[in-house]
Amino acid sequence: MEETKISMYQLYKDMLTSYLKSKSEHALYHAQQFSKEMMEKDMSPEETVSLHLSVFQELAEDLPEEVVDSFDLLLEVMIGYGLAYREHQSLRDRQQQLESELNVAARMQQSLLPRGEISLDSVDLGVISVPAGKMSGDYYDYALDEQENIGVAVADVIGKGIPAAMSMSMIKYAMDTLPEQRTRPAELLENLNRVVERNIESDMFITMMYGFYDPRSHQFYYASAGHEPGFVYDAHNDSFRSLEAKGLVLGVSPKVRYNEDHLKLEVGDFIVLLSDGVTECRVDGEFIEREQLVEMIRKYKHLSAQEIVDKIFLDLEKAQEFQLRDDFTLLILRRKV
Amino acid sequence: MQVQTHVDIHSEWGIVAARQAGRKLAREIGFGSVDQARITTAISELARNIYLYANRGQIKIEEVTASGKRGIKIIAVDEGPGIKDLRRVMEDGFTTSGGLGAGLPGVKRLMDDFNLHSELNEGTTITATKWLR
Repeated sequence: MEETKISMYQLYKDMLTSYLKSKSEHALYHAQQFSKEMMEKDMSPEETVSLHLSVFQELAEDLPEEVVDSFDLLLEVMIGYGLAYREHQSLRDRQQQLESELNVAARMQQSLLPRGEISLDSVDLGVISVPAGKMSGDYYDYALDEQENIGVAVADVIGKGIPAAMSMSMIKYAMDTLPEQRTRPAELLENLNRVVERNIESDMFITMMYGFYDPRSHQFYYASAGHEPGFVYDAHNDSFRSLEAKGLVLGVSPKVRYNEDHLKLEVGDFIVLLSDGVTECRVDGEFIEREQLVEMIRKYKHLSAQEIVDKIFLDLEKAQEFQLRDDFTLLILRRKV
Repeated sequence: MQVQTHVDIHSEWGIVAARQAGRKLAREIGFGSVDQARITTAISELARNIYLYANRGQIKIEEVTASGKRGIKIIAVDEGPGIKDLRRVMEDGFTTSGGLGAGLPGVKRLMDDFNLHSELNEGTTITATKWLR
């Protein structure tokens, strides 16, 4: 420490001497570079002022007393700046620490989501889920049972960030305790509703759509808890319609009944489930219309389910200048044979 | 025990008097101008805290020696409401007065040793020492 002080003193002295002699831009540039070094060495503004004074006193003999005294005032003022600077440094360190904790949490959350492709002869599945921040309030799931029924879910916690992410993990754990309800969408939602109602704040809500596809009967059974309607694509007529089901959002009331509905998927037909982060994307300042989304899906429908959702995400991300306002989840399930 | 100065704090004049006494002793002990300014800033902050939150109290300033080193010790005592959340007031970015005050974390940074003792409805004692290097 003492040694760096001495070498700093010498460096500053050389710099000031050279500047006083030449008044050159080059010397000033040198000083600018030097200031970075001073910050690296943790030199505070008040130390810099004091360094300047002592070097100046050595270079210019017989400084008027007023000049020297005036530095007392400057020094006093600089103490405040020095404190603010140190506080800034410590807050920056703390921010880095929070950031890394958040990264760990985000990785943990990612591990709650299903991984790996489901490759089946019967269906083609694609899903993309991207959080607006580090943590997501969206949840999705897909799972196969022994009869090769495939269950798909998309849930959306109202709100985002960490509180939403914590609620989302609750949905995941609750789902895991209800394996026998995977083929009974309405019952599954009724059970989840009870868990959510009991465990989250009254000002938080979760919407969810759950469905499962039976590859033998080609029926898709589904129920919704106030969730953003999905779409069904009818390959024969090349048309889309809304996939809707009535039902209250999860967590409002302890006893809620949900309606179960079903429809038949023909070869090439597909189901689209999404979170409201998709329909709340803004293009040119306006929310995209569901029709616009349909047109985007139509444009890519010749691709695989995964390619479709990936392309749509990329297009919408680009249209919003890479700023997601809400968590984004899009899932497509297509009957292959 | 060496020289000790007591300054009563119940107005802004007291704050100035405490600063003055602190600067004088710091200079006598041999602190340079930067450290003198740091010590007086710390005294200012402690005295202002007394004035703002406890209305009245005392600042004691004394010279200390330990293992051959000389230093200055500032003790701020009040019988005010006490500090409810100690962790909170020691957090950066938290200043109850709302202004850009250095606050207690600032005092801790300006000095070498820092100690805080507070009881609700009893009062607060803060001790801060700076050693001559």
